[in-house]
Amino acid sequence: MLKITDLSARVAGKDILKGVNLEVGAGEVHAIMGPNGSGKSTLAQVLAGREDYEITGGTVTFDGQDLLAMRAEERARAGFFLGFQYPVEIPGVNNVYLLKAALNAKRRAAGEPEVDAYEFLALIRQKMKIMQMSEAFLTRGVNEGFSGGEKKRNEVLQMLVLEPKLAVLDETDSGLDIDALKVVSAGVNTLRDPKRAVVLVTHYQRLLDYIAPDRVHVLSGGRILKSGDASLAQELERRGYDWVSESQVA
Amino acid sequence: MSSKSQEVEALLAQKYRHGFVTDIESDSLPPGLDEGVVAAISKKKNEPQFLLNWRLKAFRHWQTMREPTWAHVHYKPIDYQDISYYSAPRAPANAPKSLDEVDPKLLATYAKLGIPLHERARLAGVAVDAVFDSVSVATTFKDKLGKAGVIFCSFSDAVRDHPQLIERYLGSVVPPGDNYFAALNSAVFSDGSFVYVPPGVRCPMELSTYFRINAAKTGQFERTLIIAAEAASVSYLEGCTAPMRDENQLHAAVVELVALDDAQIKYSTVQNWYPGDENGLGGIFNFVTKRGECRGRNSKISWTQVETGSAITWKYPSCILKGENSIGEFYSVAVANNYQQADTGTKMIHIGRNTRSTIVSKGISAGHAENTYRGLVKVLPSAAGARNFTQCDSLLMGPNCAAHTFPYMEVKNPTATVEHEASTSKIGEDQLFYCLQRGISAEDAVNMIVSGFCKVVFKELPMEFAVEAQNLLSVSLEGAVG
Ligand SMILES: Nc1ncnc2c1ncn2[C@@H]1O[C@H](COP(=O)(O)OP(=O)(O)O)[C@@H](O)[C@H]1O
Ligand SMILES: [Mg+2]
Repeated sequence: MLKITDLSARVAGKDILKGVNLEVGAGEVHAIMGPNGSGKSTLAQVLAGREDYEITGGTVTFDGQDLLAMRAEERARAGFFLGFQYPVEIPGVNNVYLLKAALNAKRRAAGEPEVDAYEFLALIRQKMKIMQMSEAFLTRGVNEGFSGGEKKRNEVLQMLVLEPKLAVLDETDSGLDIDALKVVSAGVNTLRDPKRAVVLVTHYQRLLDYIAPDRVHVLSGGRILKSGDASLAQELERRGYDWVSESQVA
Repeated sequence: MSSKSQEVEALLAQKYRHGFVTDIESDSLPPGLDEGVVAAISKKKNEPQFLLNWRLKAFRHWQTMREPTWAHVHYKPIDYQDISYYSAPRAPANAPKSLDEVDPKLLATYAKLGIPLHERARLAGVAVDAVFDSVSVATTFKDKLGKAGVIFCSFSDAVRDHPQLIERYLGSVVPPGDNYFAALNSAVFSDGSFVYVPPGVRCPMELSTYFRINAAKTGQFERTLIIAAEAASVSYLEGCTAPMRDENQLHAAVVELVALDDAQIKYSTVQNWYPGDENGLGGIFNFVTKRGECRGRNSKISWTQVETGSAITWKYPSCILKGENSIGEFYSVAVANNYQQADTGTKMIHIGRNTRSTIVSKGISAGHAENTYRGLVKVLPSAAGARNFTQCDSLLMGPNCAAHTFPYMEVKNPTATVEHEASTSKIGEDQLFYCLQRGISAEDAVNMIVSGFCKVVFKELPMEFAVEAQNLLSVSLEGAVG
């Protein structure tokens, strides 16, 4: 599904990613952990096609296509979804309006007819139920005045509506209380499917209690320093990130 | 004959003696401006003496004035002797005969705006008779208004048919010597609109220059006068929403609104004069004076404007809140792209007790444009309990544009409350990327973000206008990002 080979990227004259290698297969859930500033969000944004980052080396294939050659909106329409660490507010633009535009853009690209308003409303109501969000969210501005937790729920709601092949969720669990964490995890789990994959960027083992990962990676200093199964996350929780960097140096 | 008019006659005669070549019957006057030209305009229009005197007085005052330089706009000095001050509607002979003869680029823009085909033709200046007969449209609405007692006609018709109303109200809100451009307009205005809504009447339809038969090519110095008598109300839409390519450079209009006791006037504008090309060549200098007076108690005047056109906009629709409990509102979206310069805002002058005003200004700058908000909230000692709320937001698209905000406040009554909020944001690279990541194209994303930014103002526009304004916005910002 996703194959990252020796990916390097820089921003504002600073090398952030220094040769990342990662392979995610269909049906898998991967977790990327690592200290603050290690480049996790940079990796997510580079994959999503943010232009501020300069790719200095490496390749990425997504579903057999050269991901780096595609524009951001083409990546999205091809089924790549990024759940933002800091979802931006777009005042005055209805949440539901943005979502419908997004879904229709994807459908047009796939040669499918656009959803009509009724169909769409039914779809979004069903997804909002999963995310335990009230109808009021539909007509509010995109993330406008949402609490941190509401923004994260809204990200997952969008993901559920767009049904991506690959979702990269950047710290979608940060700032959530335990109830919200359960709801968000349940939302993500409904998307688990042999044809899809999820990459969770997180600091906390607790998310992985609800969404069991197949693989766990530690990103530090712009490289994947260590990979393992779910037990690696527990070990990190116990021993901290320093343990990884030290064991690497050793 | 009064000595005044003899003076004028003499003057006219003198002009002719000195080889003033104007043929009164011809379609336009040659470039140049002096008392002879002012008198010639008045004579062409068969105006009563009082109006000629009024024009001449304005002209003499104008000659003592200097062009203002305080606005944050830059342009080469205007040569006022190089402009023709009277030009009748273009003769059908040189107008395009059908849509086939019209610049396809222009037609493509109209199509994007969703303007109906026959209307596109009219806007493009195709001889109207060849396309559709607007007389019947005009007659049906004239009937309806007539029954309600509403007068809605061209300014020239009003001068002929209702001179007493003109004499009473003309210049009563914007005096002829008010400012440089208003004085010039007062001297040479060619035509415009007149509305009178009698006491107790709620105008049965939105009045719009769009439907008014005389609206086409009213020239560059229009004069609009709207009077809502006691407990009357009216909503007036100005301007067409299509990009008119006007060969003229200077556009100096004056709009005066008068609201008597319990009356309401809502004045909406979608201004889209030719802004010049991508390199800043050409375009209209839009120097307009718009002012409304809430003369009576409990009266209300509301300005809503969407300004997307003109090379330079200099415009401050204002409210004089004289009547007790009167209300003034100003909702504005000003867009400046490429090399456009906009200096716009409002003045709210609180005179009466418990007067209230609301100002919401949204400035959008893209390309190399400069966008300035300039507002004055003035509370006089007499305005006990006055309240104002001002919100001014600027949105910048790209690194080369600029936004400036000059909010002036003069509060001379301690019981007044004046609130001001301001923000400047860059069109978020973040917002844009967020939309792209959801699969939405850059163009749609910009439209979405900008419309969201302007939403509070668009809400104030009449329904059908709001849709056109939105379309217009996306056309004006085309290519601004990505
Ligand atoms: N747009 C940017 N401009 C300058 N520095 C940046 C930018 N984006 C990220 N960085 C820097 O790159 C490093 C990695 O950041 P980030 O990818 O956000 O880390 P993480 O998500 O792992 O906490 C940090 O040192 C951060 O300051
Ligand atoms: Mg991060």
